[in-house]
Amino acid sequence: MFFQEVTPDTSGYMIAGYASAFIILAIYVASIYLRQRNLNQDMEMLAEMEKPALAEAKSKKKPAKPVTKKGRKK
Amino acid sequence: MNPKPLILKILDIVSLILLVVAAYLAIVVAPTEKVMGDVQRVFYFHIGTAWVALIGFVFTAVLSVIYLVTKDLKWDRIQVAAVEVSVVFFLITIILGSIWARPAWNTWWTWDPRLTTAAITELIYIAYFMLRQGIDDPNRRARFGAVYALIGGLSAPITFFAIRLFRTIHPVVIAGSNAAAEGNFSMTDDMLQAFFFALLAFTVIFIDLFWNRIRLGNFQNKVEEMKLQATW
Repeated sequence: MFFQEVTPDTSGYMIAGYASAFIILAIYVASIYLRQRNLNQDMEMLAEMEKPALAEAKSKKKPAKPVTKKGRKK
Repeated sequence: MNPKPLILKILDIVSLILLVVAAYLAIVVAPTEKVMGDVQRVFYFHIGTAWVALIGFVFTAVLSVIYLVTKDLKWDRIQVAAVEVSVVFFLITIILGSIWARPAWNTWWTWDPRLTTAAITELIYIAYFMLRQGIDDPNRRARFGAVYALIGGLSAPITFFAIRLFRTIHPVVIAGSNAAAEGNFSMTDDMLQAFFFALLAFTVIFIDLFWNRIRLGNFQNKVEEMKLQATW
């Protein structure tokens, strides 16, 4: 680089540098978004799985009242 | 997942604007360096990303100490977020440096002390995730990760001071000069403006991504707990 008189054209390297920086950042942001979306799907699936389990638990907690002779209305 | 706080939404937008303005100042406003030409402009992003990444690595060492003292897994999740974002920023640093080196040094890579320590630092933190992948117990994983990151944290100051301690061809642009350095330059006012703006922009972008990543980690933890409950 000594004794050079004209500034070299290194704009291609500059474009490559900025492009790679933006691409890496974009990939990372996308990865955060995708991981978040997958977790949301997992969460929804777990909630769906929990629904019948909860219903079952509720029915076990409140057993039907036994019908006795005393309780019968005349 | 809890809805995003308004401050974080604003920070997302501000980060994007700062990134665009930083690129504009670096590519359009800052003058072309006479000896290297346009490739010198990658320097603004190179230093900006290196600055936040190295601080991030030191910060993870501090978080390691906090976790080891408190044993609260919340600190482990924050540490993972800090390491991940720092690794991404440091990858950008290394790639930009390599692209700059090609026309400046006539090579993409050389085993110079700065480049070597930088590569080692990046590999140390990539290995951090590999280590964590191999441990199932969350407490054990957090403890091993904390000790590893605490020791790994030493690599950040070593990388920073490598160009000041050893004979190297890497330029020392900030606070110092090196006779052996190839590609040194002094900055004009416009260059300084672009430089400091890039530092500010990447600091804000780091905080934004870090915050988003912590939220993701917390959500991940919540889903894992729900999965465990479902299996029981």
